[in-house]
Amino acid sequence: MIAAFTAPHVAWTAIAPVVIVLGAGVVGVLVEAFVPARFRRTVQVVLAIAAPAAAVVAVAALWQGVKQTGGTSVLGGSVLVDGPTLVTWLVLAALGLLSVLLVADRIEGGEDAFAPSVAAVPGSAYEEQARAAGSMQTEVYPLVMFALGGMMMFPAAGDLLTLFVALEVLSLPLYLLAGTARRRRLLSQEASMKYFLLGAFASALFLFGIALIYGYAGSIRFSDITTATATPSDLDPLLVIGLLFLLVGLLFKIGAVPFHLWTPDVYQGAPTPITAFMAACTKVAAFGALLRVVYAVFPGLNWDINPVLWIVAIATMVVGTVAALVQNDVKRLLAYSSIAHAGFVLTGIVAFDERGIAAVLIYLLAYGAATVGAFGIVSLVRERSADGSVVGEATALSQWAGLGRSHPVLAVTFTLFLLSFAGIPLTAGFIGKFAVFSAAVAGGAWPLALIGVLASAAAAFFYVRIIVLMFFTEAQDDEATGEAPVPAPAPAVAPADEDGGSAVAVAQRTATATVAQRTTTTVVVRGEGFATVAIAVCAIVTVVVGIDPTPVLDLIGGVAKFLP
Amino acid sequence: MSSFPWLTTLIVLPLLGAVVLWALPRPAARGEATYSSDAPAPGPRRTREVAFGFAVVELVVTALAVVAFDTSKAGTVQLTETHSWIPAFGVSYAVGVNGLGLVLIAMSALLVPLVVLAAWREQGSEHGASNRLRQYLALVLLLQAFIVAVFAARDLFFFYLVFEAMLIPVYFMIGGFGGLRRRYAAVKFLLYSLAGGLIMLIGVIALYLHGPGGADGFLIDKLTGLSLDPTLERWLFISFFVAFAIKAPMFPLHTWLPDAAEQAPAGTSTLLVGVLDKVGTFGMLTLCLPLFPHASRWAAPVIIVLAVVSILYGALLAIGQQDMYRLVAYTSVSHFGFIVLGIFAFTSTSISGSSFYMVNHGFSTGALFLLVGFLAARRGSVRIDAFGGLQRAVPVLAGLFLVVGLSALALPGLSPFVSEFLVLVGSFATQPAAAIVATLGVVLAALYILWMYQRAFHGPVNAAVEGLADASARERWVIGPLIAVMLVLGFVPGPALNLVRPAAQVTITQVGVTDAPAVAEGSAQ
Repeated sequence: MIAAFTAPHVAWTAIAPVVIVLGAGVVGVLVEAFVPARFRRTVQVVLAIAAPAAAVVAVAALWQGVKQTGGTSVLGGSVLVDGPTLVTWLVLAALGLLSVLLVADRIEGGEDAFAPSVAAVPGSAYEEQARAAGSMQTEVYPLVMFALGGMMMFPAAGDLLTLFVALEVLSLPLYLLAGTARRRRLLSQEASMKYFLLGAFASALFLFGIALIYGYAGSIRFSDITTATATPSDLDPLLVIGLLFLLVGLLFKIGAVPFHLWTPDVYQGAPTPITAFMAACTKVAAFGALLRVVYAVFPGLNWDINPVLWIVAIATMVVGTVAALVQNDVKRLLAYSSIAHAGFVLTGIVAFDERGIAAVLIYLLAYGAATVGAFGIVSLVRERSADGSVVGEATALSQWAGLGRSHPVLAVTFTLFLLSFAGIPLTAGFIGKFAVFSAAVAGGAWPLALIGVLASAAAAFFYVRIIVLMFFTEAQDDEATGEAPVPAPAPAVAPADEDGGSAVAVAQRTATATVAQRTTTTVVVRGEGFATVAIAVCAIVTVVVGIDPTPVLDLIGGVAKFLP
Repeated sequence: MSSFPWLTTLIVLPLLGAVVLWALPRPAARGEATYSSDAPAPGPRRTREVAFGFAVVELVVTALAVVAFDTSKAGTVQLTETHSWIPAFGVSYAVGVNGLGLVLIAMSALLVPLVVLAAWREQGSEHGASNRLRQYLALVLLLQAFIVAVFAARDLFFFYLVFEAMLIPVYFMIGGFGGLRRRYAAVKFLLYSLAGGLIMLIGVIALYLHGPGGADGFLIDKLTGLSLDPTLERWLFISFFVAFAIKAPMFPLHTWLPDAAEQAPAGTSTLLVGVLDKVGTFGMLTLCLPLFPHASRWAAPVIIVLAVVSILYGALLAIGQQDMYRLVAYTSVSHFGFIVLGIFAFTSTSISGSSFYMVNHGFSTGALFLLVGFLAARRGSVRIDAFGGLQRAVPVLAGLFLVVGLSALALPGLSPFVSEFLVLVGSFATQPAAAIVATLGVVLAALYILWMYQRAFHGPVNAAVEGLADASARERWVIGPLIAVMLVLGFVPGPALNLVRPAAQVTITQVGVTDAPAVAEGSAQ
C-alpha cells in the first residue's frame, strides 16, 4: 500500500499579502480571457486597486503576531515573514497601490499611458487601426500585479532559489511594461530591450553567484549558509566571489553605480506610471533583499564586502549627482536623482549598525512617496500641439518654465516632492536622510556621511533648478527661439488663463494653455482623478512624516529585526 | 511665572497669519479681468492690513512675553516648554529663552510690522501685483515664525530643523520678488546656506551619538558639558562654526550676501541681514561656545584674525561700492566682524557688547536697507551716481538717512555706539592687538557712510532727482520707530544690557575662562 500522503503544512495566513497580490494577477489573466472587452478595464482596475489594499490590511493583521514572536518561516523556510519583511510588504503594497492609480488614470478621450496595441510595429497601419478602434492593453494590470507579487517575495525569500525566482517574477513583467508607452514607441521599445538584455545579464551573474555559494555552503537555505559561513574554510574565495556576484544582481536592480547604465534610458522610455512603479517599488524590494543578504545571511562577511559597498556607495552618490546636474529632461533628471538616492540608502546599509535597518526602511518610504508623486505630476504635464490636441508628456525641462505661475497648486506640490528629495527639513526626505546618515555615523562610516551631505548639497542644485524654472522663469524668457512671439492662441477647448488664476479654479480646469513653446504649448491635464488622488496621498505622506515621524518610526523601529 | 505658552504662541501666531493670507479670497471677477485692468481689487487692501495686523499682534504678545520674563534672572532660560516630539531620534520640541534670545525675538517682532509697512506699495506697480504682494507678505510672516523658533530652540535637532527650513521662505523671497539677477542671487544664497547646514548636520548627529542619548538626547542642556575627545570636539566645532560663519556672514564665506542684498527687495534684506544673519552669531554664542568650550578656545586666535579681516575687508569694499544695497551689505560684513570679535574675545563685557550689537545692528542696518529701498522706489536705481543733491529735493528723507547712517558708524548717543564700544573695550582686555586694529574699522565706517551721504545727498542737484516726493507719512512711520528705539537704547542702554549681560556671564563660565577685569565697564551708561 502506498504510505499515507501527508500534505505539507502551509501557513497561508502568514503569506496572505503575497498570495492576494499574485492571486489578483492570475485572476486578471482570466479576466482578459473571459470578460467582455468593454468591462475589462473596469474589472481590472477594481481588481488591481483592491488587491494591494487587501494586502495592506493583511499585513496589518499580521503585525502584532510578528511583533511578539519575531516572525515565522513559512513553506519549509523558503519564505521568512519577519519584521523587515512586513515593513517592506507594507511599503510595497502602499506604493504599489498608488502606482496602480497612476496606471489607471486616463485623460479626456480615454487615453491612458499605454499603447493601444503593444505588439504593433510603431508607425504601422495596424497600430493606427488599433488606436482608431479604441483598443486598450488592459494586460498591464495583471502584469503590474505579478511584478508587485515578485517584489514582495524578493525581500521575504528564505533561500537562494526563492530569491532568484522572486527576482525573475518581478523583473519579467517590468521588461514588458517598459515597452508599452503610448508615445515615443521606439524609445519605449528601446528601453524595454535594453532593460531586458542588461537585466538578463545581471540575472545570469546572480544565478552564478548562487551556484558558487551553494558550492561553498552545500545548501541554498539562508540559515544553513549563515552557519556555514561562521567558520573559516579553504573555500572562502568561492564564497566571496559568489557573494559578489549575488550583490551584482541586487545592485543592478537598485541601480547603483556601476550597474546603473540602464536606469536613465529605461526611466525615460517607459510609460511614466510604470517608471514611478519601477523607481519606487523595485528599489524598496531590492533594498529589502540586500538588507537581508548583508545583515542576516552573511553577517560574517561584512569585512570582505565592506570595501566594495563603500566604493559602490561613494560612486553611486557622486555619479548620480553629477550626471543629474546636466540633464535637460525631467524624467532623466529624476532617474539620475534616483541613482543618487540609491547611494544615500547604501550609506545606511554600509553602516552595519543595528539602526541601519530601520533607517533604510524609513528612507525608502520617504523616497518612494516622493517618487510616485513626482512621476505622477510628470504624467500630468503634457504638450499641446498647434491644433489643440493634447499629445505626449512635456518632459523637456524648458517646457516647465512658468508652471508655478500658471498652475500654482501643481507646482507647489512638485516643489514639495523636490524638497523632500533634497532632504529639506519638515519633509519626509529629511527624516530619511537624517536616519541613514545617523546610522552611518554611528557605524563609524562618517566619511560616507560626509560625502553624502556634500552630494546632497550638490543635488539640491538641480532640484532647485526646477523650482527656479517653475516659479521664477517666465515661460517665454527661457529659450526665446524663432517662433516664440506667439500670443498664446486661446484654444477652443478651455479658456486661457495666463497669470495664474485662482489655484482651485486652475487645478480643476481640464486643460489650460500656458506656455508658448515653439509649436507646442505646455498644458496640465486633469485626468480621471486617480492620479490626483495618488499625488495628494504622496504629498500628505511627505508632509506628515516630515513633521511628525514618530508613529512611523515607532511602527518600523518596533519590528526592524531579521529572523535568523 | 505663569505657564502660558508664550513662545509657542509667538511661533504659531505668524504661521496662522501666513495661512490666513493664503486663504484670503482672491478678488472676484478675476476671470474676466484681463491684463489691462489694473483697478485695485478689494483683495489687496485686506491683504496688507491682515498682514500688518498679525505683525502688530505679534509685537504686542512679544511685549507681554517680555513682561512675563523675570528680568532679574535673565541668565537663566525662562518661558520654557518641553514636549517629546520624535523620541526615536531623541528629539523634543523644547523652547525657552534667556535674555539674549528674548531681545532678539523682540527685535524681530519690531522689525516685521515695519517691513510689512515698507512693502505697502511694493509689488504694486506691475500687473498681478496684489496677488504677489499677498504671497510676499505670507512669506514674511512664515519667516517670522521660523525666526522666533530658531532663537527659542533649546533642542539641537529642532534648532537645526528650523535653521534649514527657514531657507525656503527666504529663497522664495529673494528669488520671487527681487531684481533682475534675483534667480542667481537666490540660488547662490540657498546653496551656500545648504552646504553649510548639511556639514553641520554631520556634527549634530555625531554630537548626539556622543551625548547621553535617550528619548530627549538632543536637548542642548544634555549636550552641554560633555567631555569629548579633543580632536572630535574640534571637528564638531568646525562643522558648526562653518555653518554659522556662512550665515553670519564672515570673511571668506560672505560672498553670497552682497548678491542677495542687491537683488532682494529692501524688506527682505532687512530681515535677512537684520535678523536672519544674527542666527549665525547667535549660534556661535549659544551653541559653539557652550557645547565645545575647549575647541572654542583652541580656534579663537584664528577666528579673531578672520573677524578683524572681516571688519576691515567689509569696510574697504563698502567704500568702493556704487550700489547702495551692496554697500550696506558690505558694511554688515564689517559689523559682523565686530560681533564675532566680541564673542571670541571671551570677556563678559565683549560678549555683552556683541549680544547688544546684534540687536542694534538689526535696527540700524534694517533702517538703512529700508531707506535705500525708499530711494529705489523713487528713482528706480540705487546707484550712488544716479543721485546727487538729494538733500534739497527730499529734506526729510535726507535727515532720516543721515541719522540712520550715523547710527551705522556708531555715533555716540545712538545705540550701536554703546555696543561697539563695549566690544572694543571688552576685547582689548584679552586681545589688545585685534581690538586696536579693529578700531580702524570705526574710522573706515565714517568714511563709507559719510562719503556715500556726501555723494548722494550733497552737491549739485541731479536732474533726475528733482521733483521726487519727500518721505511720506508711511515712510516716516517706518523709520521713526527705529530711530526712536536707537536713541532710547543709546541713552538708556541699561535695561537691555541687563538682559544680555547675565547670559554673557553664563557663557563665560561655560567656556571656562576667567573673566577679564571689566575695563571701564559701565562708562557707556
